[in-house]
Amino acid sequence: MKECVLTADKITALTSDIYEMTLRGDVGANRPGQFANISVPGKYLRRPISVADFGGDYITLVFRNTGAGTGTDIMSRAEVGDTFDVLTGLGNGYNLLASGKNPWLFGGGVGTPPIYALAKALTEMGIKPTVALGFNSKSDIFYLDRFRALGTELLVATVDGSYGQRGFVTSLIGSSVPSYYYACGPLPMLRAVKSTVGDVGEMSFEERMGCGFGVCVGCTWNTKSGARRVCRDGPVFKTGEIIWKD
Amino acid sequence: MEGLNVSLGALALDNPIIPASGTFGYGAEFAELYDLNILGSIALKGTTKEPRFGNETPRIAETPSGMLNSVGLQNPGIHHVLEHEIPELKKIYKKPLILNVGGFCDEDFSYVCQMASDEPAIGIIELNISCPNLHAGGVNFGTTPEGAAAAVRAAKSSTHLPVFVKLTPNVTDIKSIAAAVYEAGADGISLINTLLGMRIDLRTKKPVLKNKTGGLSGPAVLPVALRAVYEVYEAVPLPIIGMGGISSAEDVIEMMLAGASAVEVGAANLVNPYICRDIINELPEAMKRYGIKNLSDIIGGAH
Repeated sequence: MKECVLTADKITALTSDIYEMTLRGDVGANRPGQFANISVPGKYLRRPISVADFGGDYITLVFRNTGAGTGTDIMSRAEVGDTFDVLTGLGNGYNLLASGKNPWLFGGGVGTPPIYALAKALTEMGIKPTVALGFNSKSDIFYLDRFRALGTELLVATVDGSYGQRGFVTSLIGSSVPSYYYACGPLPMLRAVKSTVGDVGEMSFEERMGCGFGVCVGCTWNTKSGARRVCRDGPVFKTGEIIWKD
Repeated sequence: MEGLNVSLGALALDNPIIPASGTFGYGAEFAELYDLNILGSIALKGTTKEPRFGNETPRIAETPSGMLNSVGLQNPGIHHVLEHEIPELKKIYKKPLILNVGGFCDEDFSYVCQMASDEPAIGIIELNISCPNLHAGGVNFGTTPEGAAAAVRAAKSSTHLPVFVKLTPNVTDIKSIAAAVYEAGADGISLINTLLGMRIDLRTKKPVLKNKTGGLSGPAVLPVALRAVYEVYEAVPLPIIGMGGISSAEDVIEMMLAGASAVEVGAANLVNPYICRDIINELPEAMKRYGIKNLSDIIGGAH
């Protein structure tokens, strides 16, 4: 974890409610699947946001504007040059060494951004992931050009069939049997991935957090290996560790 | 730094800044960030006889100028704490610790206090008779003078360590509770615990917290804490650890003027992990600004 004051360099609307913000400065060490906890003017708690991309002097956050007056609404209205106090490098991140030669990467909606950071890192390691993305509708789609630029195999599904295959990300698997997978997305999607592909993978999760670095234990889940903090022991867990509730 | 030292009964502190129980874990996460030995002491996570998972999530909700939590005393149990967490912390932190003790009945308090008595690193027991997130058959020790006094007697008969009793503000007359724990032999008082609150999600139209209610902390509760400390300072001749929304050196001075001999910094640790270090660094300048030579001179100065 590193506390840093970063400067907004670019704020772009990717869809009607998804925004991308690039923050520049001394961002510390980051890994795919980790998140940043950003302090927003007028809000007491920081906002945990997954990191879509990072380099030595920048991080890119992609987030949904959750409505008027919310922290993400304030973030979406930031201007170039605004500064933010950010804790970076939080959480465990994905285990890149588990990938095998052709892992599947499942991303759903606003869960897509950390999958991009992962796809980029795996590609740099010479691994060829298959990326399967799911969105509600064509108008909700973002980041396809980024994935294409990586040269990864890219499959897209929309729930209403307005782009790509109609259905959920799991419908993109076809007759393939992923040897290992990574997934990030809404809980129903993660459930579907687990029931379709099984436990040979890892998933990143969301929970309401207090601190984001493990001390308030506000985000603790009971897992098969006991109490685990989503913010510090996660947000990535092996699928087999999760106790799925109805 | 001169003029910062205070004492809690017989225990001398280099400065009055203590991270509050439940916002600092058992110190390990913060030890990665700064040298913990700058702190006056550390109040460890509330510890019970048996390990506890606590309540289901969501157990955090934001509020104007603060937050609600309904963690419900998640902790690994006193045996694990004595065998693992405290030995680890002792390797890096060389001052006496404050062990916050939770329980569901007087026997629980006795058991944990007795177990803790053999650990020389513990300087004070902070008896938590006021957690708002426990549902122990309707019993809430901290809200009646009789219940509070019985818990203190159980603790005091089980340990030679000084017992500071952590009081809840969720009562009509906090002075009567303070008087009861004083009569029962308490060595000091910690206050305030969190205020019971709720938030409702407009989309689901249900409480945000799975537990429905949670404890409010953060700057929103500072004035409530100041009032409670002020009242208890007048009611009983015991040292007070003041807490509730403290986020700056000025807040520390204000709390000490109300009557606190030392302070605990809680929710602010979650928002700014360096806040205790920052407050300690800023105290000398703030003291100069208000013409304060020794912090110990201003305790109860507002009376």
